[in-house]
Amino acid sequence: MAGWTGKILRINLTKHSWAVEDLNPDLAREFIGGRGLGTKILYDEIDPKVDALSPKNKLILATGPLTGTFASAAGRYMAITKSPLTGAIACSNSGGYFGPELKFAGYDLILFEGKAEKPVYLWVYNDRVEIRPADHLWGKTTHETEDLIRAETDPEVKIASIGPAGEKLVRFACIVNDKGRAAGRSGVGAVMGFKNLKAVAVRGTLGLKVARGEEFRKASLMALEKIKASPVTSVGLPTYGTALLVNIINAAGLFPTRNFQTGVFPTADKTGGESIRANIEIRNKACFACPIACAPVTEIKNPKFKGSGEGPEYETTWSLGACCGIDNLDAITKSHYICNELGMDPITLGVTIAAAMEMYEKGYLSFKETGLALNFGNAEALVEITEKTGRREGFGDAVAEGSLRLTEKYGHPELFMGVKGQEFPAYDGRGAQGMGLQYATSNRGACHVRGYMISPEILGTPVKLDPFATKEKASWDIGFQNLTAVVDSTGICLFNTFAIGADEIHAFLVPATGIEYTKEEMLKAGERIWNLERMFNLKAGLTGMDDTLPKRILEEPLPEGGSKGQVVRLSEMLPEYYQLRGWDEHGVPTKEKLKELGLP
Amino acid sequence: MSKALVYDYTKCTACRACELACSIRYHGEFNPAKSRIHTMIFPEEAVYIPLTCTQCDDAWCAKACPAGAISHNSDLGVWWVDIQKCVGCHMCELACPFGDIAVNPATGKAEKCDLCGGEPECVLFCVPKAIQYKEPEGAPLDKKRAVSAKLKGSHKEVRL
Repeated sequence: MAGWTGKILRINLTKHSWAVEDLNPDLAREFIGGRGLGTKILYDEIDPKVDALSPKNKLILATGPLTGTFASAAGRYMAITKSPLTGAIACSNSGGYFGPELKFAGYDLILFEGKAEKPVYLWVYNDRVEIRPADHLWGKTTHETEDLIRAETDPEVKIASIGPAGEKLVRFACIVNDKGRAAGRSGVGAVMGFKNLKAVAVRGTLGLKVARGEEFRKASLMALEKIKASPVTSVGLPTYGTALLVNIINAAGLFPTRNFQTGVFPTADKTGGESIRANIEIRNKACFACPIACAPVTEIKNPKFKGSGEGPEYETTWSLGACCGIDNLDAITKSHYICNELGMDPITLGVTIAAAMEMYEKGYLSFKETGLALNFGNAEALVEITEKTGRREGFGDAVAEGSLRLTEKYGHPELFMGVKGQEFPAYDGRGAQGMGLQYATSNRGACHVRGYMISPEILGTPVKLDPFATKEKASWDIGFQNLTAVVDSTGICLFNTFAIGADEIHAFLVPATGIEYTKEEMLKAGERIWNLERMFNLKAGLTGMDDTLPKRILEEPLPEGGSKGQVVRLSEMLPEYYQLRGWDEHGVPTKEKLKELGLP
Repeated sequence: MSKALVYDYTKCTACRACELACSIRYHGEFNPAKSRIHTMIFPEEAVYIPLTCTQCDDAWCAKACPAGAISHNSDLGVWWVDIQKCVGCHMCELACPFGDIAVNPATGKAEKCDLCGGEPECVLFCVPKAIQYKEPEGAPLDKKRAVSAKLKGSHKEVRL
């Protein structure tokens, strides 16, 4: 095979054994790789009803056929498993260097099954595979874990690990690789922790071939020219990072503030990309093969919040910032560093803290219960509760369950701001109807990287849509969702799509794999993947009733700013969405649709 | 004066596209382990340094080669390995102070950067322009200019 290595590494943690298997070329063709292939294997191998935190759940780290090549920003891998946060499919994407190294070691994906009796880590050097004891690593941060494993393996090793949050089964624990990149959402790190798998360390020195080198090279150079020509990918993101969005989204009035009570944060500018660059950024950094380089590497000198590392990104400067009513960039960044080191998703963390703050201010939660003055805007409390949550200490133990369980515990589930158990990211759906519909229908719960409707509705790329209109949003959503499923399956970064689209991705995929996909077949694979995720969720027990939004988003108009007066008019869009998807009125894919897609 | 690879480390973003461009050009596969250029990454310090052969004026590798396999092409300003003559003795590896020449275990022949015959592939894929192929004459002065620009500020303070 070309593009794909054609090999799968299967690790049985219960039996302490491993095997190398051939990748089924038909599956690779139909599901591409990464997100699609991982989902297909998970769907075939586990009962979606299993408890996410049980030995029956499996964890897959999957690359795509472009991962490890110089197709633009082709450095991604995905962690696929059943989510302990949502009970739905979990599928989290990360950059850095880990994914490509796995390809260079000769594997498209690693599949973990069972549960190790004691903490272990996996050490892979090409065809040498060892399951090693990790007792000495248990309790260590992700950064410490990387340093310790590097010292006992190889200086060039690439490592994906969990921190204390994953070990303690924080429901939104993430997997961190290359000191600062993360498969962030849905609690994939907790699944790893449950399996007693502390880290995966990989060194690869084998080559990766594509089918038609010169054609692939030309396609890559052409894509690079587009990346260099787009102001977003050539200036905006490298200069200010993703946080350049803070002022834009705030001005449009959909910058969720104080647990989505409003869409305007008056001092948002203090937490935006311009402020990050002016005050704390050392320089920007790229992931593997990425021409954009959006990550700010930062340092906080303020002794109270001292630290250094990558980030914050747009999402975290918001979740730990405006969402909690906090504009102290030093504290936000410190909390972000702690999330990286303890290994947890700062989006879910920030929104959960925001829910706790709203309950605290409304008197549903007392100081006796929290041990902290959880008022909106309390920067010191943010940093303290971040640390406590990652270690499940004190009130952090309740926060570690995520905001749905937290708000239910204290009797106010209406204050949970998310979908299917997963918290919203940094755009209020009320200010962008298509994004609202996207949140409601996203297969992994509320998520911005399943169909980034902000691009047309707010940023005007590829064309400007009226954010407050509902007409045709269903069809836009479906197009974006399917294309995103393709992107995530090939192994390139979604941020490419600010400058390139399906044509360029198709121009990578064909010469890389040697498979003569038409563009339509490629997009069909995206639709297939989306429907398979849907089938996983339906079998796990979710229904069309879960394709909804919190009452606040559906019924309480935004009180001020650029999106004043808006709610998400979901009922105007959802039936059309189901219909265009080829699903019945309950959101179940019809037999005809499944047959058309070749799904069981 | 012939062109050379001129680096600006402050622009390198650690994406390693240079390693991919090099390895597929010479080995037909993406494989940083076989690349003739490598980016050294220091994440804590946020320092990223691409390194390949500097094409020394007086090349240690050529002096050490007992087979006389390494010679200079003055048109391109490049030291290149004649693989017909190379015996794979590794002396060049020992001699090079930078680790920029190595014997490929698969072929038993020494490999080093030869500037792709004047069209370096790594430069083509270096989007941030951390590696450029140009006449290096002005480079030291460029560096001095950048450093003095920073010094300027402190001089001003001292004067006050």
